[in-house]
Amino acid sequence: MKVFIVGLNHKVADVDVREKLAFSGEKLDKGLLLFHELPEVQEAIILSTCNRVELYANVTDAEKASDSVKTFLSQFHDINRSSLERSLYIYDDVTAVKHIFRVASSLDSMVVGEPQILGQLKDAYELALSKKTTGILLNKLMKKAISVAKRVRTETRIAENAVSISFAAVELAKKIFTDLSRKVCMLLGAGEMAELAARHLINNGIRDVLVANRTYDRACGLAKEFNGRPVKFDEFINEMVRTDIVICSTGAPTYVLTKSQMQKVMKERKQKQVFLIDISVPRNIDPEINDLENVYLYNIDDLQGVVDANMSERQQEAAKAESIIAEEIDTFLKWQASLDSVPTIRALRDRAEEMKREEVEKLLHKLPSVGEKEREAIEYMATALMNKLMHPPTAALREGGDDKASLVAIIRRLYGINGEEKE
Amino acid sequence: MDVLLFELALTFYFAATIVSITDLFKESKITTRIITSLAGVGFLIHTLNIIYRYGIAGHIPIINPHEATSFFAWCVVFIFFMLQVRYKVNLLTSFVMPIVFLLMLSSSMLPREIKPLSPVLQSYWLGIHTVLAFLGNAAFALAFGIGLMYLVQEHHVKSKRLGGLFGRLPSLQTLDEINYKLITIGFPLLTLAIITGALWAESAWGSYWNWDPREVWSLITWFIYAIILHARLVAGWRGRRAAFLSMIGFITILIAFFGIKLLKKGLHVFL
Repeated sequence: MKVFIVGLNHKVADVDVREKLAFSGEKLDKGLLLFHELPEVQEAIILSTCNRVELYANVTDAEKASDSVKTFLSQFHDINRSSLERSLYIYDDVTAVKHIFRVASSLDSMVVGEPQILGQLKDAYELALSKKTTGILLNKLMKKAISVAKRVRTETRIAENAVSISFAAVELAKKIFTDLSRKVCMLLGAGEMAELAARHLINNGIRDVLVANRTYDRACGLAKEFNGRPVKFDEFINEMVRTDIVICSTGAPTYVLTKSQMQKVMKERKQKQVFLIDISVPRNIDPEINDLENVYLYNIDDLQGVVDANMSERQQEAAKAESIIAEEIDTFLKWQASLDSVPTIRALRDRAEEMKREEVEKLLHKLPSVGEKEREAIEYMATALMNKLMHPPTAALREGGDDKASLVAIIRRLYGINGEEKE
Repeated sequence: MDVLLFELALTFYFAATIVSITDLFKESKITTRIITSLAGVGFLIHTLNIIYRYGIAGHIPIINPHEATSFFAWCVVFIFFMLQVRYKVNLLTSFVMPIVFLLMLSSSMLPREIKPLSPVLQSYWLGIHTVLAFLGNAAFALAFGIGLMYLVQEHHVKSKRLGGLFGRLPSLQTLDEINYKLITIGFPLLTLAIITGALWAESAWGSYWNWDPREVWSLITWFIYAIILHARLVAGWRGRRAAFLSMIGFITILIAFFGIKLLKKGLHVFL
């Protein structure tokens, strides 16, 4: 009984390979059941996201299992087996546990610390639960992986800072303004990144959106999309007086906003703080505007700088996360070892022995007048009774069989033997 | 008893200061709770100390420099807690407790004996005038702390280096608004203090205004804060400038407060 993984991620396989191996939609349900039906596989979970496809299993013989899983994958996805083998990684036992904990904690992600992966893992597990393809080992492993991920989240700052340009813009806006819902944002020009930034700002409370574009129709279209108001491009400067955040991304070859214009705007808005985001290349807002008081101008490089700094902080936090994971692997392995029958038999006998002693002592305490002979008889009877009662479970444990792990777990539960820390 | 309470309060403020400074370097939720409890217990003991001295002297204990400085520190902590109830400003403690501790430390070095009240001071104006003045100045002390926080945060945003305290300090606008609010609380208190002072001076010395150093300095600080408010409303001097000016204002108050005590001149010598 050990944890076993076959999989591939963004590091080892390009998107065209990942695509082919992805279990999407109905394929996932079907694939999970077929995977579970493999004779080498006792428990099964499939995690399939855009960055990774991973098959988790409980197997007895890792070598046999890896062979049959590869065959299953190549047949299911109709891929040549040798090309498949090139991009797969296979882990078992400790390395597999470690890998799953790292995936759940988002240490293995493309953007370290990104939060989606935990949700995706939970979904994968829930599907497996509903299809009844998991058992004692993977259930415990998944619960543990989720709790490890939560621990990493709370004990390190791994997911704290923005690591994309549009999120960095939101983070900054929140540190300039008190309440985004009362701020006005203007989108100057259009572009994928500008629109994304605007969308993030709207998700974070901005309600009032203005859209200015060289082509007025485009402005109208975007304004509709953002539930905002279109503005004629040559009139945008008039709107600046009541605009707090400007996202600028026009294709203009020169500055569309100069320092003297901005100075005038600031005077009219009584120096209220303004956040200007210039993601156009070449730049559309005179960089000297940043020297004006209460104006904060960030261009694309500045935002990238923020992102890079946050990234390197995440790397440092990742080191802390690794040590948390190392700790948790230990507790998991201890639990797994306790599932073995030998220590369970021993623990069971110890438990029974303890109960017997307690009861005998209690009885003898109540009967202080009994002699040596009677005392021996009482103890003999107690021991015999204990042995008789303990015989069937012990024998069943010794015998083992396919369902040994669940037998061990059940016996431990029935007799109240704790082989693991409480959670 | 008086000494014990005072030293205990000083010790708690000292502990709160130390912990709040370490809090600047390492974030932890427990630390924040510890600081608040330390400052809170310090404040309670400090309050007992002031009540105790009031009981002995029979008048509000702000007559000698030791008492005045200690009462000032008390006012700062009082306004600090008021502010925290309303706004919960992250990291404010780290910027305010050092001021409180330094005030208490200087108070502890000044002579502590309780002197009988000179006849000139025996007036109901004593309580009204001084409490107004002290609360006003305490609001300005808080504005100093908030102003400093603003400058730190503004430096982060302007220079585009978002490490350090960036993530934990409140937003620029929040700090700016609180700074403004504190000045709009402090300014009327200071104005009333000057008016009540003048009324009292008239009844004690027969003249509303005597140009003694404290009066002159109060007038100077009054003008500084008047300029801050005026420039904000008319010319939109907010943000950095407002933060900077509010710090200058409080430094002026400190100079006036301690400078005059050292010079020991004028009608306010006793205070």
